[in-house]
Amino acid sequence: MAAAAGALRRLVRCGPQQGLGRLRQLRSGIHGSAPAAVQVTVRDALNQALDEELERDERVFLLGEEVAQYDGAYKISRGLWKKYGDKRIIDTPISEMGFTGIAVGAAMAGLRPICEFMTFNFSMQAIDQVINSASKTLYMSAGMVPVPVVFRGPNGASAGVGAQHSQCFAAWYGHCPGLKVVSPWSSEDAKGLLKASVRDDNPVVMLENELMYGVPFEMSEEAQSKDFLVPIGKAKIERQGTHVTLVSHSRSVGHCLEAAAVLVKEGVECEVINLRTIRPMDVESIEASVVKTNHLITVEGGWPQFGVGAEICARIMEGPAFNYLDAPAVRLTGADVPMPYAKILEENCLPQVKDIIFAVKKILNI
Amino acid sequence: MHRTRCVRVTPVVLRGGDMSESDALPPHLVLSSPQRVLRQQQEFTSLEEKPQFPGASADFVDKLDFIQPNVISGIPIYRVMDRQGQIINPDEDPQVSARRWQDCGVEPRSHLLHPTHAGLSSGLCPTAGHTAGQDAPSSGPISPAPCTNPSPATLPAAVGAAYAFKRDNASRAVICYFGEGAASEGDAHAGFNFAATLECPILFFCRNNGYAISTPTSEQYRGDGIAARGPGYGIMSIRVDGNDVLAVYNATREARRRAIAENQPFLIEAMTYRIGHHSTSDDSSAYRSVDEVNYWDKQDHPISRLRHHMVGRGWWDEEQEKSWRKKSRKRVMEAFEQAERKLKPSPQHLFSDVYCEMPSHLQKQQEALARHLRLYGEHYPLEHFEK
Repeated sequence: MAAAAGALRRLVRCGPQQGLGRLRQLRSGIHGSAPAAVQVTVRDALNQALDEELERDERVFLLGEEVAQYDGAYKISRGLWKKYGDKRIIDTPISEMGFTGIAVGAAMAGLRPICEFMTFNFSMQAIDQVINSASKTLYMSAGMVPVPVVFRGPNGASAGVGAQHSQCFAAWYGHCPGLKVVSPWSSEDAKGLLKASVRDDNPVVMLENELMYGVPFEMSEEAQSKDFLVPIGKAKIERQGTHVTLVSHSRSVGHCLEAAAVLVKEGVECEVINLRTIRPMDVESIEASVVKTNHLITVEGGWPQFGVGAEICARIMEGPAFNYLDAPAVRLTGADVPMPYAKILEENCLPQVKDIIFAVKKILNI
Repeated sequence: MHRTRCVRVTPVVLRGGDMSESDALPPHLVLSSPQRVLRQQQEFTSLEEKPQFPGASADFVDKLDFIQPNVISGIPIYRVMDRQGQIINPDEDPQVSARRWQDCGVEPRSHLLHPTHAGLSSGLCPTAGHTAGQDAPSSGPISPAPCTNPSPATLPAAVGAAYAFKRDNASRAVICYFGEGAASEGDAHAGFNFAATLECPILFFCRNNGYAISTPTSEQYRGDGIAARGPGYGIMSIRVDGNDVLAVYNATREARRRAIAENQPFLIEAMTYRIGHHSTSDDSSAYRSVDEVNYWDKQDHPISRLRHHMVGRGWWDEEQEKSWRKKSRKRVMEAFEQAERKLKPSPQHLFSDVYCEMPSHLQKQQEALARHLRLYGEHYPLEHFEK
């Protein structure tokens, strides 16, 4: 079974290219261009972040399946083994339980490992190490044994990889105290959050997205610098608006922005919030936005029950922003089924731009 | 028919410690057996085929034969003392002085102390005046990781820590304790395999006491215990009498020395018997006979054995036993009293150490509690707690 799984993983490649050109147009229209900004894909941004952090701190090292000689299953670690060698970039046998444990032990002993899961679906093999060994140790040792490890890899749905390879783990890891959980969308997010995660002394789970790896974004000059960090625990307002708040993370942020671009033609101004961090969640930013717009829609790729949207709605209800809601908050989520393989079914199992537009119009009664 | 030019590999048996850098062959030519058999390549003209598979280094055989697992006469058990505490082979006497034992905290008749731990802690203590290159910030030479009473999940973590030590050329080893039941977990397999492939200075110490809660070893495994698994991973392995302090001491000390010197893992399986219940919520008479327990308690109790040994050497007698019991009891009672006088930790500590820095939502809760106590503190027994 393990051999077959290994073969399957080798077959998984980058996401589809369709819509990329249109996305690029939209994005530059939304963000504008700053002087000396360049187009950088999420993959290259992650690669830069890894390179810079490996260079900066000798204790940092990367381990995982295929990260060294193969340049990474998704080429995130391209060129790093050639540059840093066997001691810093380590290929491991196919045992998530094993190498996650190794990473945790190495972190306890003073190193700063970056542990790559080929996808987060395989992290379930190692979830005992992530939760029981990594997230709880500082607490159980009365603050004596920190575990500064970063677990990273692609999360959520890809394209045609089937039910067992498409799950979103934001809610699973976001549930656990002791862990920090981040979910980048753009290249800036990816680079800044990875660097911040490596430098953080707590165990951090970084949920990337395979379909975003090949997507280019503009990166400002500031974002290209070696000390550019995105603070963990702070959301970003990607687009200012007044009529409705759209809260999202990872790939869905792009869908929200596309929906906003369509809706603006009908006079609806959407405020789009990119969560960036799942735990600790920046509820204050969401509350401030809801106070302004009075309407809330959460958008995510994961399943609805006990999901990120459910948590946001509960927190809004518990806080001052509840009094400013003009309508019940709405959650847009992935369909409550294991991800189908057939393309048309898979597309319809995730929130699309048209679903967001529909939800906005419904919540605003237009 | 043409002659094929072949390369013959002849086995050359070397002890692990004799290997030098220049003799190292590519990994696929090194046999994974406890004796680190290296093969030297010779030019050889032959009509025969020689196996060149990357996955294993072995000769061909033309007779169908399955390897029979040998559980009747398994891996032999190393011991130094007999059951009366007499040293069997004087060459194996570690010649530890009474003083050394006391320095490392071995106290006869201490019901809670297991001799494997005594042997271990002694094996790991540095000899007087020599700190063996250890620079641990803690006061002693051993820095214990949080004790998770060897949940098997710690096995790969232990290997990771050993890897970190190796990387830093720290001249330190990791020792990881686990039971024969924990060795069934997948984590154990992953830990062994990684320790071998990453060449880490780690001692895997398995205490095989016959029972995993109520599961006897006959249901836990069918092979020759845990020691027999080591060679399967390419790990140097030994089985010792876990009730013999000196044997455990010898094996651990030598394994540690070599693990650090050679950057390779060692597996020690200490055979023993669990006299007590698994835990306070267990009643083992439900699954084993009281006679069996009594036998081990009377005939092969590890602490009795050590006592016989010490009496035999003239280091211990009834007088000392009486006075030591009295002293120990006094120490325990004093410790109790001291502990009872101590205040409980401050309520502010309820919120700390979830993360390295306290997140804002926990800070708010901490402040809310502080406000509450300022208003209503008189209703709580705050005098029992530190401020």
